[in-house]
Amino acid sequence: MAKRIEAKNLNIYYSKFLAVSEVNFTIAPRSVTAFIGPSGCGKSTVLRTINRMHEVIAGAHVQGDVLLDGENIYGSAVDPVDVRRTIGMVFQRPNPFPTMSIYDNVVAGLKLQSGRIKKVELDDTVEKSLRGANLWEEVKDRLGKPGAGLSGGQQQRLCIARAIAVEPQVLLMDEPCSALDPISTLAIEDLIQSLKEKYTIVIVTHNMQQAARVSERTAFFNLAGVGKPGQLVEIDDTQKIFSNPSEQRTEDYISGRFG
Amino acid sequence: MTAAAPTTLAGSSKGGVRAFKNTLATVLVTAAFGIALIPLVWLLWTVLSKGLKTITQSGWWTSSQRNITYRKPGGGVWHAILGTAEQVLLCTLISVPIALLVGIYLIEYGGGRLAKLTSFMVDILTGIPSIVAALFIYAVFITTFHGQRAGIYVSLALVMLMVPVIVRTTEEMLKLVPNELREASYALGVPKWKTIVKIVVPTAFSGIVTGIMLGIARVAGETAPLLILVGYSPDTNSNLLSGFQGSLPGMIYAQVPQLGNIRYHYAADRMWGSALTLIIIVMALNLVARLVARRSKVSN
Repeated sequence: MAKRIEAKNLNIYYSKFLAVSEVNFTIAPRSVTAFIGPSGCGKSTVLRTINRMHEVIAGAHVQGDVLLDGENIYGSAVDPVDVRRTIGMVFQRPNPFPTMSIYDNVVAGLKLQSGRIKKVELDDTVEKSLRGANLWEEVKDRLGKPGAGLSGGQQQRLCIARAIAVEPQVLLMDEPCSALDPISTLAIEDLIQSLKEKYTIVIVTHNMQQAARVSERTAFFNLAGVGKPGQLVEIDDTQKIFSNPSEQRTEDYISGRFG
Repeated sequence: MTAAAPTTLAGSSKGGVRAFKNTLATVLVTAAFGIALIPLVWLLWTVLSKGLKTITQSGWWTSSQRNITYRKPGGGVWHAILGTAEQVLLCTLISVPIALLVGIYLIEYGGGRLAKLTSFMVDILTGIPSIVAALFIYAVFITTFHGQRAGIYVSLALVMLMVPVIVRTTEEMLKLVPNELREASYALGVPKWKTIVKIVVPTAFSGIVTGIMLGIARVAGETAPLLILVGYSPDTNSNLLSGFQGSLPGMIYAQVPQLGNIRYHYAADRMWGSALTLIIIVMALNLVARLVARRSKVSN
């Protein structure tokens, strides 16, 4: 189910401004990869190009290829809507749909993608997804209540349930814990560990301990210099990045000498 | 930062000045609020005290002004309510789809030259006096196409006044929908049009309903299009396509010539009665809109 992601000579622009240049990486299926780096270095931008959310912003475009199991998602015949159905995303701030109940939030993707689905199937999906997001026990008695009434950590797990309900191949997470307290963060991190058995996960984080805890591979991004575009400095096994990185700049960043 | 810091908190003379400024501002703001309230309360009181006995008469809500002259009491407002309701309803049915689509276009798809032009046009339309809108409809449909004066033309003139009001409020309400919700929907693989229909508009729904009600309140009391495009009939006429039609503003206006009459006060009574009736109907619509909006309110 999970798929491999490759980026080849990826250049990302906002109108004429080159935000990130020459990114190349390969992400193995069923693994967790963390993107770390100082603010403004383009790691979220790179993440958003993996499911073409980047181009939602007016003027944003890319050069180069992003391959999903060898298929270019920027191919001319590819519909971005289909890409996003295959590659799900969880955002920095929990964003459940405020007009919908917990139940409707979970099945929103399914219902809005394909119209009428049998109630039994929806019920199944809701339970499976909420269990998958470690939220079922907490909300099973109030599925009809508004999703916005949950706590921040619960809302974020609801958003994860919503994302996995459409059965994507890849799950992108853009600082999913930065608005949460340590206990909710722990719940999400445990969840990531169980989700990686089924999905390829890419997570952007500012928290280096978190990257060390949850990921197998880590990519370090940084600006090439003041006023220059962001770049991928190196990507390697997490253990190596945090113990013996190949690049001096990575060493400086993770040891807290800058950034 | 040359001033020396006060040695004790209580000894600071600046504290007293600040407290005085605070009190002064509070008094001014409260007074402004009171002054703004005076005309509203005064108007409501005047209309209520002069119109209440008329609208509680038997037959007021159910009969027309047929065969009633300024020398006779009695008669009712039904013909006027019917005419106003029909004209405003038709106007609303035409305006709401147009205005909603324009508002959605400007916020969700706009940004280009066409959007800027449209926005500018809506601004101009907002400032058009109702009598000019009425003259335009008269010139097009009656002078050019030789139509006869009828209620439907009033509806068309009111459309020109209602559309910009609803477009503007729809825009404001759609702007309030956080972009994160749109992104969340896109990230689930939902196409843009479905995101708008199922996520964005429902989130802004209560505000949009309020906008529609504001639009209705804006046009329900318009008088110039009535005078120019349909005239006033004291008889009940439910046909929007032909003939004079009663209307609440029309009925108020029809009483004016007899206001100075010392021997007969019936016209004056009827005028206050129909004014109160119009206010009650617009207020009732507002209440209904609030209930609808509350029922669909985003729960937080």
